[in-house]
Amino acid sequence: MLTAPSASPRSLLDKLWDEHAVARLCDDRCLIAIDRTYLHERTGSIALRELAAHGRQVVDPGRVFATMDHIVDTTDDRSDATRMPGGSAFITATRESSRAAGIRVFDVQDPDQGIVHVVAPELGLTLPGCTVACPDSHTCTQGALGALAFGIGSSEAEHVLATGTLRVRKPRSIRIRIEGRMPTGVTAKDLCLTLLARVGSSGASGAVIEYTGSVVSALSMEARLTLCNMSTELSAVSGVIAPDEVTLEYVSGRRYAPQGTAWEQAVDQWRHLYSDPGARFDQEIVIDGGGLAPRVTWGTSPSQSVALDAAVPTWEASALERDTFERVIRYMGVSPGQPLSTLAVDAAFIGSCTNSRLSDLRRAADVLRGRRVAAGVRAICVPGSMAVRRSAEAEGIDQVFRTAGFEWRKSGCSMCFFAGGESFGERERVISSTNRNFESRQGPQTRTHLASPETVAASAILGRIAGVSDLGRA
Amino acid sequence: MTPLISVEGCAAPLLQANIDTDAIIPSREMTRVSKSGLADGLFAGWRYRSIGSRERNMDFVLNQTKYQSCCILLTGANFGCGSSREHAVWALHEFGIRAVLAPSFAPIFEANCVRNGIAPVQLTEAQIAQLADWVSVDPAGRPVRVDIAARTVSAGTVFNASFSLDPEAVEMLLTGRDVIDLTLERRADIEAFLARDQPARPWIYLS
Repeated sequence: MLTAPSASPRSLLDKLWDEHAVARLCDDRCLIAIDRTYLHERTGSIALRELAAHGRQVVDPGRVFATMDHIVDTTDDRSDATRMPGGSAFITATRESSRAAGIRVFDVQDPDQGIVHVVAPELGLTLPGCTVACPDSHTCTQGALGALAFGIGSSEAEHVLATGTLRVRKPRSIRIRIEGRMPTGVTAKDLCLTLLARVGSSGASGAVIEYTGSVVSALSMEARLTLCNMSTELSAVSGVIAPDEVTLEYVSGRRYAPQGTAWEQAVDQWRHLYSDPGARFDQEIVIDGGGLAPRVTWGTSPSQSVALDAAVPTWEASALERDTFERVIRYMGVSPGQPLSTLAVDAAFIGSCTNSRLSDLRRAADVLRGRRVAAGVRAICVPGSMAVRRSAEAEGIDQVFRTAGFEWRKSGCSMCFFAGGESFGERERVISSTNRNFESRQGPQTRTHLASPETVAASAILGRIAGVSDLGRA
Repeated sequence: MTPLISVEGCAAPLLQANIDTDAIIPSREMTRVSKSGLADGLFAGWRYRSIGSRERNMDFVLNQTKYQSCCILLTGANFGCGSSREHAVWALHEFGIRAVLAPSFAPIFEANCVRNGIAPVQLTEAQIAQLADWVSVDPAGRPVRVDIAARTVSAGTVFNASFSLDPEAVEMLLTGRDVIDLTLERRADIEAFLARDQPARPWIYLS
């Protein structure tokens, strides 16, 4: 709104940026209005406390929402007490500070509780054309709805809470076009891992990525959330997808979404949210969707992945420094040239803001139905929200998981990361539908292999890294 | 925040790319709702022999006597990737680090540095390697100097380079000003925006 309407073609990022520009600051920095602010107990608690300590008010608490997801337990008997030492202080601090500030909390026992990036889209809080800020790196997930979503630190969260704005430099823009059609059995997660392998873990540094092309158009809303989720793993500021019929159908009727004439008015505006033909991007990347295959990581960076039927690369093929490669190989307990399918797994985990939505659980359940998890494999499913859990239970999916030998949990971030409480064991090998395979991320010296939920399910059954196509041959 | 005009002192090399915030401070070390008490957990997975122990791993650079007074970190590309946890920056600051020199930074980490009085200094990989080589001969006796206002890094008579950092970040570091106060000076702009936007997008404004 600061810039006069011009004839020059604008990208989706340009439009979202212009519509939220409050003031131009020094250099290329702008004050950007933030429509939705989300907090969780891990980082939100500190932001709210600091704000209060400085005698500042939350400027519009009606547009701020807090959820307990990061360190809350996911076992049936959960309460404010947590397995993470000291964890309950984060929960109570968030609850008390939120109440004092007038912020709605999706609390431990609330039917709306869940992972912030699952709950906010599900409730219709995040809408096309809006700006979102949350002190969590996976906030980029929510760009899938056509929103400009910023992952920020706690200090910046204080700033948003106190002013309703962020001071940001306009990010550079990358358009990633994924054309053609993905083969059956290839998912948005495999697409993320392919992109990471192709451009590297800083390949989109400081950029907003717009995902487009026939493959993206054909993805469901939940798959698009998965795709945008891992933008931060490319070191991007965020990811975004232009809203279309799939988006409108997803948003329509959700609790906080506009209704009636407001809905009509909103849709009229949202229809302009796309990159004009000829819009300029700083970089364009084209991916052939037809050439994709299910993937799995072999190393300690999400960019280190290969096709499921391939082998751990040799140093020469890895494009890593020699000592880095040696370190990764040693940590992961793998050897160059070793087929991934020969690696036995100790545990299987389905959950996280990447892959814990109803469609993820349905696809995993299709793999598990009538089958049993291999002996000695600990298998856990943590739905992304209590709403996802209820929907899954209504379809009998929980029974499929339980019968197959999976633990069926309440929602939360759970064992996506190790906070000192529950974890996988030392040097245990875990096949996981999460987003980060960093050293000790899921537990002390735990070896994480990232993959899609169906690959996790298939691997759990065979007790080794395996794809769905391997099950027929078992 | 205490203004940061310049930093001069011992620089420690940790020349690995993609050091993530889980490595800088593991989640298990963030046990209190607080910005302080985090230095002990800095690089805990590498600094100590095993998880939960405080037995030092003397192979790790920051445990070596010659780097004891370290206030500058020389490191690899994409430093601070991963989780947004500002604890990574709070832990570095409390440990005594005032400048991190890397070929690139993860965006959230970089913003967190500026908010907390740590200079994120971007140099090329070759420049950082050159500095690391020079420093390693006698880390305490060969200090590195980072001048925020001039945006330069110098070391003895052998190294002098400039770096870019956007004007607002420089201003924040030099003055230590509270950025919320700075934004609240634009209250009129914010109110004008809301006055235009509320009727245009009423669905955004939940009661």
